[in-house]
Amino acid sequence: MDAHWSEAAHRHFKDAGVVQVGYVPDAGLSKLIDRCREDNEIDTVMCATEEESIGLAAGAWLGGQKAVVLMQSSGVGNTINAIASLISSAKFPMLAIVTMRGEWGEGNPWQVPMGQAVEPTLNAVGVKTYRAETDEDADKMIEAGLRMAYSSDQPIAVLIAQRLIGSKVWKSGKGDGE
Amino acid sequence: MSGLHRRDVLKTAFAERGDALAISGLGSATWDLASLGDRDDNFYLWGAMGNAAMIGLGLARARPDKRVVVVSGDGEILMGLTAFTTIGAKRPENLAICVLDNERYTETGRQPTATGMGTDLAGVAAACGFPVTRTLTTEQDVAGLGALLFSQTGPVMAVVKVVDESLPMAVPPRDGGYLKTRFRSHLLGAQAATMP
Repeated sequence: MDAHWSEAAHRHFKDAGVVQVGYVPDAGLSKLIDRCREDNEIDTVMCATEEESIGLAAGAWLGGQKAVVLMQSSGVGNTINAIASLISSAKFPMLAIVTMRGEWGEGNPWQVPMGQAVEPTLNAVGVKTYRAETDEDADKMIEAGLRMAYSSDQPIAVLIAQRLIGSKVWKSGKGDGE
Repeated sequence: MSGLHRRDVLKTAFAERGDALAISGLGSATWDLASLGDRDDNFYLWGAMGNAAMIGLGLARARPDKRVVVVSGDGEILMGLTAFTTIGAKRPENLAICVLDNERYTETGRQPTATGMGTDLAGVAAACGFPVTRTLTTEQDVAGLGALLFSQTGPVMAVVKVVDESLPMAVPPRDGGYLKTRFRSHLLGAQAATMP
């Protein structure tokens, strides 16, 4: 068993031949992002907004490369038209790993509405969602999600539950609220 | 406002295309690319406004052996302006972006865009780290567009100021799955259908 789900995620990326990883940073993704950035065979692309990463992944696939996109739950809101219009219309494969906020012990009320809307909005534009509550879930779901995405041309999102990431405690003077 | 006509400009520049791959942004740019003749190595967008440049980046990084040219309009590019920062940071040498800038949202009723009110797209690209940025306004400028798009080490941002004109639609295939598979089959051969 891996110490952290990101180790399994990175291993599955390698096994599946993922080359491009587009991301917008999130604290819950930092271990996975670091692991990908340190891997010379993975081409990481830091995006300014999550919508960009959807286009990046589609472009990679047009060129014969597999990509994965990483984002926080609030970023899902930025991707919806790109997913609906591009990924679903043209039947592009897609695997998104979404670290959740706004659902388990959230201390920032501004995170709650989008966090709660992630699954219904993704489902509404044709994305199948898997919810990972444990490291083992994340391991299996990322492996299965990659196969489903790239062997069956499906858009898949693996949602990493906030309970697994650990909710942040937000207190005056402590900072680090986002 | 220049006297340049978008399809003439594109036709002249694309005479130098060779085996370069082309992506077009939705609306006028897609009709413009189609007006040059449909090709398997064209991927036309009929939606996904704001994402043409990023699709170009993903493709350019996947295929460093190929030139990748994105043709789009000012409205489409303005919607995805953040991509300039991402592309400027990665600096793909094989990517060029050509904006046919008529300072209008043509498809929706010719409403003015910000490029006619002060936004300098080539200036923004330069500020984001694009090594080659040009605004082309004359026939003389346009004589160098083919080289900018297809030869010069990128990323290239070429903004062509064109007249606001009504043109007949040149309609390419609209089925996204077909366009994707056709493009991939052209580029990857039989492997496109069997990978992974």
